[in-house]
Amino acid sequence: MSRFILRRLGFLTLTVLLTSLLVFIVTQWLPGDVCRIILGREAGQGAIENCRLELGLDQSLPVQYLTWLGNFLTGDWGISFSTGLPIYPIVMDRLRNSLMLTLVALIISVPLAVALGVAAGLNENKPIDSTVSVGSLSVVGLPEFVTGLVLIQVFSFGLRDLGLPYLPANSSIPPQSTFLEALPMLILPALTAMLVLLAYISRLTRAGVLEELKQPYVRTADLKGLPRRNVIVKHVLRNALLPTITVIAISIGWLISGLVVIENVFNYPGLGRLMIFAIDRRDLPLLQAVIMVTVLGFALANLAADLLYGWLNPRIRLE
Amino acid sequence: MTNSSVLDIRDLTVAYHQDGQWLNAVHDVSLKIHAGETYGLVGESGSGKTTLVLAAMRYLGSGGSIRSGEIHLGDIDLMSLTEEELRQVWGRKIAFVPQNPQSSLNPSLRVGEQLVESINPQGELSPREAEKQALEWCAKVNLPDPERMAESYPHQISGGMQQRLLIAMALSTDPDLLILDEPTTNLDVTTQVVILDLLNDLIRENEAGVLYVTHNLGVIAQICDRVGVMYASEVVEEAPTHNLFSQPLHPYTQGLIDSIPQLGDTRESIQLRAISGQIPSIGKSPSGCVFRDRCPVAIEICSTRPPLYQVGESRTSRCHRWEEIVNSEIDIHQPSPGRKPTQSGDQDGPLTLETNDLSIHFPIRRSLNEVFSRQPSKSVKAVNQVDLGISPASTVGLVGESGSGKTTLARGIMGLEKKSDGSIELLQIPLPEKLFQRDLETLRLMQIVFQNPHEALNPYLPIGETLQRPLIRLAGLSNEEADIKVRELLELVRLSADYAGRLPSQLSGGEIQRVALARAFAANPELLILDEPISSLDVSVQAAILNLVNELQSDHHNSMLFISHDLSIVGYLADQIVVIYLGSLMEITGPEVLFQPPHHPYTEALLSAIPQADPNIKSSPIHLAGEIPNPADLPSGCPFHTRCPRYLGEICATTTPPWQVDQKTGKRIFCHIPLEELVANQIQIDISSAAKP
Repeated sequence: MSRFILRRLGFLTLTVLLTSLLVFIVTQWLPGDVCRIILGREAGQGAIENCRLELGLDQSLPVQYLTWLGNFLTGDWGISFSTGLPIYPIVMDRLRNSLMLTLVALIISVPLAVALGVAAGLNENKPIDSTVSVGSLSVVGLPEFVTGLVLIQVFSFGLRDLGLPYLPANSSIPPQSTFLEALPMLILPALTAMLVLLAYISRLTRAGVLEELKQPYVRTADLKGLPRRNVIVKHVLRNALLPTITVIAISIGWLISGLVVIENVFNYPGLGRLMIFAIDRRDLPLLQAVIMVTVLGFALANLAADLLYGWLNPRIRLE
Repeated sequence: MTNSSVLDIRDLTVAYHQDGQWLNAVHDVSLKIHAGETYGLVGESGSGKTTLVLAAMRYLGSGGSIRSGEIHLGDIDLMSLTEEELRQVWGRKIAFVPQNPQSSLNPSLRVGEQLVESINPQGELSPREAEKQALEWCAKVNLPDPERMAESYPHQISGGMQQRLLIAMALSTDPDLLILDEPTTNLDVTTQVVILDLLNDLIRENEAGVLYVTHNLGVIAQICDRVGVMYASEVVEEAPTHNLFSQPLHPYTQGLIDSIPQLGDTRESIQLRAISGQIPSIGKSPSGCVFRDRCPVAIEICSTRPPLYQVGESRTSRCHRWEEIVNSEIDIHQPSPGRKPTQSGDQDGPLTLETNDLSIHFPIRRSLNEVFSRQPSKSVKAVNQVDLGISPASTVGLVGESGSGKTTLARGIMGLEKKSDGSIELLQIPLPEKLFQRDLETLRLMQIVFQNPHEALNPYLPIGETLQRPLIRLAGLSNEEADIKVRELLELVRLSADYAGRLPSQLSGGEIQRVALARAFAANPELLILDEPISSLDVSVQAAILNLVNELQSDHHNSMLFISHDLSIVGYLADQIVVIYLGSLMEITGPEVLFQPPHHPYTEALLSAIPQADPNIKSSPIHLAGEIPNPADLPSGCPFHTRCPRYLGEICATTTPPWQVDQKTGKRIFCHIPLEELVANQIQIDISSAAKP
């Protein structure tokens, strides 16, 4: 197992390094001179030269890359062009918000999705199976801005009009809010994310259950005279949920940084919106930082998935 | 034997729902098993035997349904039970041992826990008591080191151990009925014999009724009291074991017995009689007697369904002509194949294939840690210093258990694996190591037929095109010539010309293996390698393929390397038998002296382990200790010394044995023990009287 972990960590490092290189190269290719962007159209040639010297842009590309990478690793992420503020605290604050949203979304989605998937798998081709399939698939087909708006309409405006307690439609939480303060504003965006995840996770769970039910060891367990519930929980689910766990871990990467649309609909200050902001303002250092954090998030989520899978699966754990 | 039955099945019909209709997988079957009795159910794949045993426990998948009939387990009416009540019966009253031990154990649970579940399915015992019993059962089925065993996961123990565990699980609740579904089919013969002996002992102790399902007549003959023969969803004959083998009363039973060579049969001494045609697929059996389209004595009356005729006190048969058969008025043997295979061609002259010191090792990748700590690189030593010679127009049979390196050796000769050492010469010309370095003529000279033809032939290429390719590319024919030749080839393997347009998936196993043979023969090779060519086929079509191989060879005078795990088949077909163990050759012998001492101790164990299809032979199999060692960690000296029942002493563990030649039999034996000593201590293996010269 330790070899397995070491190998995965090696792969992770390699992936992150490669992406950092890609991010660096791509941002080099973006049109427009960085100093021209910072100083504006009217700046004189001298000022531009000075700026280039200051940013180290006169040095060769490999040197620039290594300097950038080194600074990144030591937490010196530079100053945002557009706001003039240090990047590190901005990104970390947004990351914290994204993680809070991720947590709530997972807590809402995973138990429900797994339960629906198991129910569907154990009742193949029966009404409950078709209901789960049709229901979750029809929801996943809708874009998030549609489902998000519908949820706002119902749980925010709808409940308010009925004079009932309602959920806020705007999730623009103030900086440094605690989790409990933010919680009411997290529910609607998390529900929207859940509608996307639901179909995905429940269908995979269903497939896993169906696959394992066919295995001869289930017959062995049944014919031992074990109660059906034991057979399902102890034998079937233990193996059937392995791929599901992997997918859940991977979806964490998406939840952290991929919720651009949802964050926009609810005006939620997460990493996704920060990325859009950086792109809009051509704020290259900020963009690089956001992408690197995103990549790290994805890579770590994948690592967690692999490790969890290996740990739960003795055939890998005991290699 | 008491008269009370533990299982009483009456007129059972089980069907599967397919395309809007019910197809019978079990049709009108009745059988009774008494306490302490071992009942063998024999049949080929697709005969419905597995469906029958699952239905007997009322454990059918969602597709299957019991259409009519009664099942009584002692005084319990199984058909009247709810699922909850069935779960009280399963495990306690009926226990089941399945065919594939590996997939029948949960890969994520420790085996000890799985055994505890069987002992204590509904949690009546205290956990500690259940664990104690589990360890006792591990010891009872001879699992080494029970404590450690219980902590293992299924993938950490061998197939034989997994099967012992499943047997322990089944017997641990002291069931009234034990159902075994091909429990040894996926095991090697030396493992099989240990499991069979274990089962025999435990069954005697237990007084349970046993339903033993298998396609292997040898196993039936050795352990069953009574036999039911199943064909196309019906039990066509039932008889006490010794009666069944001495005088079968159904033409199908006779065909089954005749179609497989027994230990001691050679192609000179006996002709295999294949059953013509093929097993009907489910729901496609002919009306009337289900066997009539393959039966040599079918007459008009056979188009009506025969009732179950009672013959004497203890036998039944579903054949209209049973009286004539009992009185030996008609011959129910399948017609003999057109001609007797003859000694093929001139076997003198330079060898077709010769390997010297051939070794094939697969390097194991070292971890970074191992590289830094300078540990030597390891390799899987699949084939070690093999000297093999094949004379012109002769057949060498290579026999070995799984993991013996026989397939690797074949692939190495073909150039599909890289050799590590030694040489391979074809017609006395050294062969380039890699396949792509060999010229077309060399490729033409050697061809191979694989075990599973459905995987070996391109599934999207019509048969005709598959056959054309070697003709055009290797034999250098034009397209038109190749077209004509394809028809000749199909005729050669007894397939009609319209097969050229079909796809592999439209052919049965036997048919497609014929195509694979035709493809191999297309460019008229000097050397043909057949790697377990009949192992994936149904018993009743195996004989036809063996006969075809024989015939093709005697017409074309090719040399053959025939690889099999089955010593009786190799003994039947080959001019020379080569026994391989852990990548090293152990013994080289002629088929006619195979049973005569001296034997290599490994060959002796193999020979003694084969269950013979003759209840009069009471075999005394030799049990090999332990498991086959890991080929990455070969034992020093003689590779067999760790398991050898005739271990001499230190010399076996330290020194490579010499090749001793026995003057009387011409055998060559790779062993330290003096041949005179082997002769003095080994007894002649008892073989079926029919096979004795």
